[in-house]
Amino acid sequence: MRLGPAVEAAIRKHGEDTYPHECCGALVGSADEITAAVALPNMTEEGPRRRFLVRPSDYRLAEQQAGEKGGELLGFYHSHPDHPARPSQFDLDHAWPNFAYIIVAVAAGAAGDMTVWFLKEDRSRFEEGELNGDKNPDSDTASTVHG
Amino acid sequence: MATRILIPTPLRPYTDKKDAVDADGATVGELLADLTKKHSGLKAHLFNEQGKLRSFVNIYLNDEDIRYLQKEETKVSSADTISIIPSVAGGVETILDRDRGTRVKNSTGGGAGADRELPQLTNDEIKRYSRHLIMPEVGVDGQRKLKAGSVLCIGAGGLGSPAAMYLAAAGVGRIGVVDFDVVDFSNLQRQIIHGTPDVGRSKLASAKDRLTAINPLIEVETYETALSSENALELFEPYDVILDGTDNFPTRYLTNDACVLLGKPNAYGSIFRFEGQASVFATKDGPCYRCLYPEPPPPGLVPSCAEGGVLGVLPGVIGVIQATEAIKLITGIGEPLVGRFLIYDALRMRFRELKLKKDPDCPVCGTHPTVTKLIDYEQFCGIHPAAPESAPVNVQNNLEISAVELKQRLDRGDKLTLVDVREPTEYQINRIPGTILIPLGEVPRRYAELNKDDEIVVSCKMGARSAKAADFLRSVGFSRVLNLKGGILDWIDKVDPSQPKY
Repeated sequence: MRLGPAVEAAIRKHGEDTYPHECCGALVGSADEITAAVALPNMTEEGPRRRFLVRPSDYRLAEQQAGEKGGELLGFYHSHPDHPARPSQFDLDHAWPNFAYIIVAVAAGAAGDMTVWFLKEDRSRFEEGELNGDKNPDSDTASTVHG
Repeated sequence: MATRILIPTPLRPYTDKKDAVDADGATVGELLADLTKKHSGLKAHLFNEQGKLRSFVNIYLNDEDIRYLQKEETKVSSADTISIIPSVAGGVETILDRDRGTRVKNSTGGGAGADRELPQLTNDEIKRYSRHLIMPEVGVDGQRKLKAGSVLCIGAGGLGSPAAMYLAAAGVGRIGVVDFDVVDFSNLQRQIIHGTPDVGRSKLASAKDRLTAINPLIEVETYETALSSENALELFEPYDVILDGTDNFPTRYLTNDACVLLGKPNAYGSIFRFEGQASVFATKDGPCYRCLYPEPPPPGLVPSCAEGGVLGVLPGVIGVIQATEAIKLITGIGEPLVGRFLIYDALRMRFRELKLKKDPDCPVCGTHPTVTKLIDYEQFCGIHPAAPESAPVNVQNNLEISAVELKQRLDRGDKLTLVDVREPTEYQINRIPGTILIPLGEVPRRYAELNKDDEIVVSCKMGARSAKAADFLRSVGFSRVLNLKGGILDWIDKVDPSQPKY
């Protein structure tokens, strides 16, 4: 996936602004180019420090806005406050196919690693994608530390 | 009959990139079956391994979520539009944490989060729990969840006894028990966690001994206190499931509200005479006790087991149902008793099930709750209405008589009419000599048997029913009615210890 610096900065800032809670938003663009990040409210009832939820009504809105911007909905981003930028079992259980899932790690209020993931067709796991042609070298280390 | 189905972006690769397709069927379920037949790639993403719609898949009929209609039974016509709308959810924890946690969530919550590492089973545990382990529904993973799990039993009485014993045997890692009573002979008919040698001991000490004897591999925590608004949240906090084995309304409402406020499921049970009830309250999307009963009944309307009696084996059935639900909640297996109210009739040997809905106007779990912290539940249930403190003491004296005073007056030869308002079965067990039996329920049609000008002393087991009878008699013109304070139990304690107590 390719991601312009302004979009990347917007996602990082959103993650820092909502820290210690998770942020979430939609990724809009076409093909493998993300041209906009649309911030959405985190409507989880399970504690926004470790969960996010995009309501069906916001999903509809995101899809609609993507169309209006002349693109399509490519996926969603969310932050992992004080956790590495790797998808959780919970992320996997709730994942949709063909969407890009960008995760930004926000440690102690500062955005760090950013990774992108795609659900495998058989739903067994996520596969890491490349962001701007660069697979994040730190994410494996981070998860080992966490695990 | 074709109905239009709108397809969200991530699923369009399975519908030849189309954002809308047609499918046939008379209900949403039939439509989706037809849809997945025509576009087979959709199936794995819409339905889970059990063939149920995934929790994060929302199906809308026009603008309404089918969860609030008839779910997959919702009827559709060609004029309708069905939309498949994703809930997008996620959160922290790494994909390496494959083990699911034991924090209990309901089905639409999206699965339990791995909030803590699941402990491994020791060889001793594997041997002990082998009958669980060989069932795939429980298995090693389920047993590890039980080991990591915890249940707080409110009360070590009729319901708490069998529930705690089975939970201990099943290997629930931490069992808490709240009680402040001592074991009495009258408990032994049903409270099987206690034995005859335990009479006079604290119920907690007795319960802990028994639970530890059943399973020394678990932790048993005891809390020798009366559950109150001050301590409930703190007591509940460290537990996964709360098991309500209370026998009174104030504690029942307190338990319910505290569970709702903390988001902890309440494995509820109650018993009376030959009938029992059970349900699971206060899960995230399920109803709570207040959705069913927003207000308590007027005090005294529903008699307690001490007044009405209870079949000894009844709490065995209900307590074990509660334990079953607690185990299901912890392991995440089966279909929890959420939104269903089970009624068991021991005499007819029948189970009935009522459907319960979460009440959006519920004062504690509704959309705009008015109860946002714990309140005074005694007052809420009308047990101790905030009485004016200036009430003159001598008025009380004109309404009540103690057992000792009564004995003195009888010995003096005062002319008193003694009326016992208990039931005939109770009267058979013990009685004050010379009393007339008029059960409370018969007082309104039989009071004419009494002389309005006589001085009347009404009595029952402990003084509550007779207070009601006294109030009634005064309301129909009796001027000299005294209530025997403490009932026949006090009479036996202070005046006539030769009689049996119950």
